[in-house]
Amino acid sequence: MHSLDTVKHAEQTPETALPWAELGLKEDEYARIREILGRRPTGAELAMYSVMWSEHCSYKSSKVHLKQFSEKAPHSDAMLVGIGEQAGVVDVGQGYAVTFKVESHNHPSYVEPYQGAATGIGGIVRDIIAMGARPVAVMDPLRFGAADHPDTRRVLPGVVAGIGGYGNCLGLPNIGGEVVFDSCYQGNPLVNALCIGVMKHEDIHLAKASGTGNKVVLYGARTGGDGIGGASILASETFTDESAGTKPSKRPAVQVGDPFQEKLLIECTLEAFREQLVVGIQDLGAAGLSCATSELASNGSGGMHVDLDVVPLRDSSLSPEEILMSESQERMCAVLEPSKVERFLEICEKWDVTATVIGEVTDGDRLGIYWHGEQIVDVPPRTVAHDGPVLNRPYARPAWQDALQADDPARLPRPGSGEELRAATLALLGSPNQAAKSWITDQYDRYVLGDTVLAQPEDGGMIRIDAETGLGVAVATDGNGRYAKLDPYAGAQLALSESYRNVATTGATPLAITDCLNFGSPEDPAAMWQFAEACRGLADACQVLGTPVTGGNVSLYNQTGEIAVHPTPVVGVLGVIDDVTRRTPSGFSEEGQLIYLLGDTREELGGSAWSQVAHDHLGGLPPAVDLERERLLGEILVSASRDGMADAAHDLSDGGLIQALAESCLQGGKGARIVVPEGIDPFVFLFSESQGRAIVAIPRSEEVRFNDMCGARGLPVARIGVVDGTEADGTAAIEVQGQFSVPLSELRETHERTIPALLA
Amino acid sequence: MSGGLGRIGVVTFPGSLDDRDARRAISLAGGEPVALWHRDKSLHDVDAVVLPGGFSYGDYLRCGAIARFSPVMETLIEQARAGMPVLGICNGFQVLCESHLLPGALTRNDHLHFLCRDQRMSVENVNTAWTRDYQPGQEITVPLKNGEGGYVADTRTLDALEAEGRVVFRYAGPNPNGSYRGIAGISNEAGNVVGLMPHPEHAVEALTGPTTDGLGFFTSVLKTLVVSS
Repeated sequence: MHSLDTVKHAEQTPETALPWAELGLKEDEYARIREILGRRPTGAELAMYSVMWSEHCSYKSSKVHLKQFSEKAPHSDAMLVGIGEQAGVVDVGQGYAVTFKVESHNHPSYVEPYQGAATGIGGIVRDIIAMGARPVAVMDPLRFGAADHPDTRRVLPGVVAGIGGYGNCLGLPNIGGEVVFDSCYQGNPLVNALCIGVMKHEDIHLAKASGTGNKVVLYGARTGGDGIGGASILASETFTDESAGTKPSKRPAVQVGDPFQEKLLIECTLEAFREQLVVGIQDLGAAGLSCATSELASNGSGGMHVDLDVVPLRDSSLSPEEILMSESQERMCAVLEPSKVERFLEICEKWDVTATVIGEVTDGDRLGIYWHGEQIVDVPPRTVAHDGPVLNRPYARPAWQDALQADDPARLPRPGSGEELRAATLALLGSPNQAAKSWITDQYDRYVLGDTVLAQPEDGGMIRIDAETGLGVAVATDGNGRYAKLDPYAGAQLALSESYRNVATTGATPLAITDCLNFGSPEDPAAMWQFAEACRGLADACQVLGTPVTGGNVSLYNQTGEIAVHPTPVVGVLGVIDDVTRRTPSGFSEEGQLIYLLGDTREELGGSAWSQVAHDHLGGLPPAVDLERERLLGEILVSASRDGMADAAHDLSDGGLIQALAESCLQGGKGARIVVPEGIDPFVFLFSESQGRAIVAIPRSEEVRFNDMCGARGLPVARIGVVDGTEADGTAAIEVQGQFSVPLSELRETHERTIPALLA
Repeated sequence: MSGGLGRIGVVTFPGSLDDRDARRAISLAGGEPVALWHRDKSLHDVDAVVLPGGFSYGDYLRCGAIARFSPVMETLIEQARAGMPVLGICNGFQVLCESHLLPGALTRNDHLHFLCRDQRMSVENVNTAWTRDYQPGQEITVPLKNGEGGYVADTRTLDALEAEGRVVFRYAGPNPNGSYRGIAGISNEAGNVVGLMPHPEHAVEALTGPTTDGLGFFTSVLKTLVVSS
């Protein structure tokens, strides 16, 4: 029989060896724990420190770089709660506040795709509820290995089913995201999840336990043995080649989700908020109770006493250490005044949610955890939650970076004749990355809650917040690992540029961002350099665009053996629109409208979709960043929406102009006649990925006004064609005059068959 | 709606998701939505009831199987048999089948995936409580979103449904889920109880739905209530 390792016992047995290395701690970290406590830790204390000091929870490798997001943050009147809380909160006007955040669930989604992806949604949704907000939408930026690799057929359908299975059952519309294929993600798919929540300003809640005598209530699912070590063992180590996916020992570290329980948790929590019962609240995610108790106590004014033996269990054989480390899903912790406990428990009962008073806020500054009356944890909570190790990992620009940048795509053979351009167009539109993703996104409910104004394949998702006034928000997520591999500083800025542009294209004004930084092993100086550069680039760009980082997540160790993923910073931008009826969709809807190209086109093919599809090439420099231009373009797009000048707009990104034109035509079921402007090579015109560009469809009656506006503000624009022909009549085609023509039906067939053919 | 006619209840089970949307649709059609709670036997003097979409009780065991035993359903089954108009949408349709207010059952989509899309269907019976505002054979487009929407019944039941005009909605174009005979929705013999898989409550505003074709369900029942009063 396992004897209880109490604090007293630890004091009496200083020589007892503890399994700190197996729990992922380094020797110096263990020494520091002994120093903090002035004795050896108990087994329970060791469990807590090991998960809370893991890379995943402590951000020990990334902290020194992330602090730029606060230090360089542009001033914004819109920020109500800044970086560092469970999610940032942004003022969107009319008394409303919006909270949003993107997180990764990469490692578990590779080991167990369905549950990994499902619980990724569950975790981010609880973060949003914990701020006091009602979740209103989710989005999923996803990256997988090669589309035709056999393992992608295992991972992708499982991830998509998990996202759908969990999100659909929660009743949250899935309004956008990304699906990208690249062999660099073969052993390390990136499964990121973003959630948006809405509340009134006065409803903002924070994770802190204040007020001596206040009660700590654990509510939601019972605690089981799943997800033990999820943060430390799974998310904070690389996969070794042998372990990838096959080693059974990592599988129990993946949590198992129950969306029904989470739906009840949402309703129950929101009802408690409405009655103002809650002083502080925190969700249980990575590191479970270890995290919730230590963070609540650390953020509050006093200490905390917790009786661990009253925690409701699914498995009565769990040890105290396991209960502290379990990452069982659908659990939350609330701090309440004693007089409010009874009502809180009633609400939980109404929703059939198990709730238990597990402790209270105490005087002093210690977190004490007890097991049947005997103390097994006695720690200063700050040392667990916030004063974890900080590492200045060595980083260095990799030796291969120069050769990569010197490998200019200008040397690649390119299509010349009209016939060759036509073939290149179809090859691009039918390639897995550029093909229609509806087979995937049709597995997500985009209608539920009845406020979805725009959803995929639009540039950004848009949600109505107030039906009376029409106030709404738009969110887009973007990231381009190929660009970031060529230049991580620019790559992070390009992710922000594209996401910012996508939000502005819908007609919303960008306000703030969240980011999910997916990188390789921090123990590799090259990966660490990529990370440092990306952070610096993103912080600098946020300053220029005036969009502060509200929060997000870092995922390191996306590496199998020596193979790391492309550095992949994913940026989610939140924008506000005063009247959602003014939104600008991306599809062409009216024949005869004029197609304008906004911005400058240069020969920029480094990291482009064309270079990947036609030559499997990655080299050179990514497109040039021009943040001032992005801001100007954004202002023009928002004005065009507000003043009713543009009926459709679509941003230009990977795949260039031809990709955007094809999508706008297919989306609206209309054709287009395009004229290549004088002095530009048709191939460059169609396939270059120069930034700061968009196409718009302008009614003829608005042409003069639109041109005047762009001229006055100094944005170069060119009329490049006209919307022409209707698919239903069989007359629609994309015709690039003097070059080639493709019927829309052929384009649609090419664009839509790829993904089902590979994955269905 | 003076005299209290037009009070339409929407039941919330644990796990109901489209309850808010159903209430909004009722308001937009000019009715008065009334929230009903699964544990409460009382229907609070409503004139009609909508069982909304979602995953009642997590849809564990079988879709709709547990909801059918909730206290509110006891009263509802009694009232439906006495002629009260009842509409079951998606999960609500599954609950009506589990309650034996409607025949047949809903099974996993034949392609095994959840499917969300704008679905065309024809209205084949305009004499039910929920379809009188449509034209016979009218084609409408409303969202479809489910994982278990394949309608099945034995041949005798299917033949009887066809013969009695109780196939109220049929999918137009390719069958989205393997439903027998392309059936999207059916009614009971009296025509007061209707169930369907597509979601008319998500096609009531041009801004947020593919069409406003779904509004007719709710205007229909309001007219039915006036006529029968």
